[in-house]
Amino acid sequence: MTEPDDQKIIKVFLVDDHALFRSGVRAELDRAVPDVTVVGEAGSVDEAVAAIRHHRPDVVLLDVHMPDGGGAEVLRQLRPELPDVVFLALSVSDAAEDVIAVIRAGARGYVTKTISGRELADAVRRVHAGDPVFSPRLAGFVLDVFSQKPGAAPPGDPELDLLTRRERDVLRLLARGYAYKEIAGELFISVKTVETHVSSVLRKTQLSNRYELSRWASDRRLV
Amino acid sequence: MNTPTPPLARRRSGRLVAGVAGGVADHLGLPVTWVRAAFIALAAMWWAGALAYGLLWVFVKQEAADVERTTPQRERQQALGLAALGVAAALTAAALGNDLIGWIVGPLGVAAVGAAVVWREADEAQRRRWTGTGGRNALWRTVAGAVFVAAGIAVFLFGQLQLGQVQFALLAVLVTLLGVGVLTVPWWVRLVRELTEERRERIVETERAEIAAHLHDSVLQTLALIQRQSDQPREVARLARGQERELRSWLYGAGGYGRSTGAALDEGLTAALAAAAAEVEDTYAVTVAPVVVGADRPLDDHLRALVLAGREAMVNAAKHAGVAEVSVYCEVEDDEVNLFVRDRGAGFDPDDVPEDRHGLADSVHGRMERHGGTVRLRSTPGEGTEVHLAMRVRTHEEAAT
Repeated sequence: MTEPDDQKIIKVFLVDDHALFRSGVRAELDRAVPDVTVVGEAGSVDEAVAAIRHHRPDVVLLDVHMPDGGGAEVLRQLRPELPDVVFLALSVSDAAEDVIAVIRAGARGYVTKTISGRELADAVRRVHAGDPVFSPRLAGFVLDVFSQKPGAAPPGDPELDLLTRRERDVLRLLARGYAYKEIAGELFISVKTVETHVSSVLRKTQLSNRYELSRWASDRRLV
Repeated sequence: MNTPTPPLARRRSGRLVAGVAGGVADHLGLPVTWVRAAFIALAAMWWAGALAYGLLWVFVKQEAADVERTTPQRERQQALGLAALGVAAALTAAALGNDLIGWIVGPLGVAAVGAAVVWREADEAQRRRWTGTGGRNALWRTVAGAVFVAAGIAVFLFGQLQLGQVQFALLAVLVTLLGVGVLTVPWWVRLVRELTEERRERIVETERAEIAAHLHDSVLQTLALIQRQSDQPREVARLARGQERELRSWLYGAGGYGRSTGAALDEGLTAALAAAAAEVEDTYAVTVAPVVVGADRPLDDHLRALVLAGREAMVNAAKHAGVAEVSVYCEVEDDEVNLFVRDRGAGFDPDDVPEDRHGLADSVHGRMERHGGTVRLRSTPGEGTEVHLAMRVRTHEEAAT
């Protein structure tokens, strides 16, 4: 799992209810990126669950918004069963509650649909290698969710729910549009350390149930 | 995982009286015979079972569609036997027990049976609206039920009371009203349900119309424009970007379509920044991606200066960096607002900027300094530029002095 697998082809599965978008992503990935191949696609939750079970892809690109439950529903049904499959949320949605819901259901990252094909392939490689991928906007959402003032937060396990200063620094730089490599240079740490920090942020987001994150986010009308 | 519990709904097919026992059995996942037996056992205890059955009948909705169930003949006989057993038990209890049970079982029992016949008929009528059959039998059954109710009440009245004429008349009127009420309960319930349903549909319809109108005014118009100018990619991108932004703010923005219509801060910092980013996007045909963290706050002079300086920084990035995207990050804290404008473009050496260039000096540095803010500029040729603007936020007391 840790050995560098440059030669191996990453199998990607697309879940999105817009056929046009799926074929666009498929064309871009298949054409321009030799080490990523699209093994299948699905347009609904049921279809996706059945097909992912069958294909066992390495990475699933998961739309957040779908008519019958969305990406979070796919994750709920498949996460316990297929722990090796990595999910990457690919969304046009700007609503924090949608995105945070998918992240909390177990997606390893989140990128927006305006991303270029090359960047998308890069994100796929990174999540496949086990590293989380955050877009600046998601970093903003997460910062906002965790930036409750200490007095306002319900008492609980602080190690789990609060971000360390370092993690917050990393997230801030992510939200400012820095790449992992640039963050590493900025904070004088290695890229691996940046990835570790982002990983633990992701874990905290997934585990932190007490805050009712999505409601909080919608109360604050995050954009 | 076990299968989800179906919602409580009365059975439409394979029922003996009203489908309550069957519905409860489906809901709890028990054999229907057990539930029936439980109702009977409860009925022997001061009629609690009968009361529960009646209340469930009135308040629980019938299943939506006809679910085909095959009820074995044996189960049907069993159910009938149980019902008879229940009646017998109740009568025995009445015979052995005190007067109270006696007069409930007597005339009021008859009235209750009548009401049951009428209600069942009402249920049938509801069912027939889908299947489209009806007939004289229905009328007869309803009339028979009404007669039962009337007879029961009359016997109760004559048998139990010795009263003066006025009192008797008053009581008769009262009891008649009661009887009519009891008989018409199913229709009332249905009326209320239908009204609620209709209101829901009307609300959905209004929403649909509003969405259609908005899409027509915005997205469809833009798409039409794009088709006519498809040979000008720059213009197409500009139109698409503007439309995307507009639709986004309509869907997800503060006070947008997906929100409750809370107090939307029109002149808030978030909105002002978004507007500035939008202007730069439209004017210079680059993507400006703003991320705002923290609670929105209303604009004062200082924050307005911050937004204007930030806008100038975005313009600089759009004009000189030579990139397609500019990142904007704004963090609102209790006492300070930090704004970062960043590009991954050409970059420059701040010392090399000619003296005659006023954009950075006046619009950014000057403006921020006049309002007590700070500017930090970092630029590396080839790697991009970041402008960091910080503005301390005044509390109300400070602003007043």
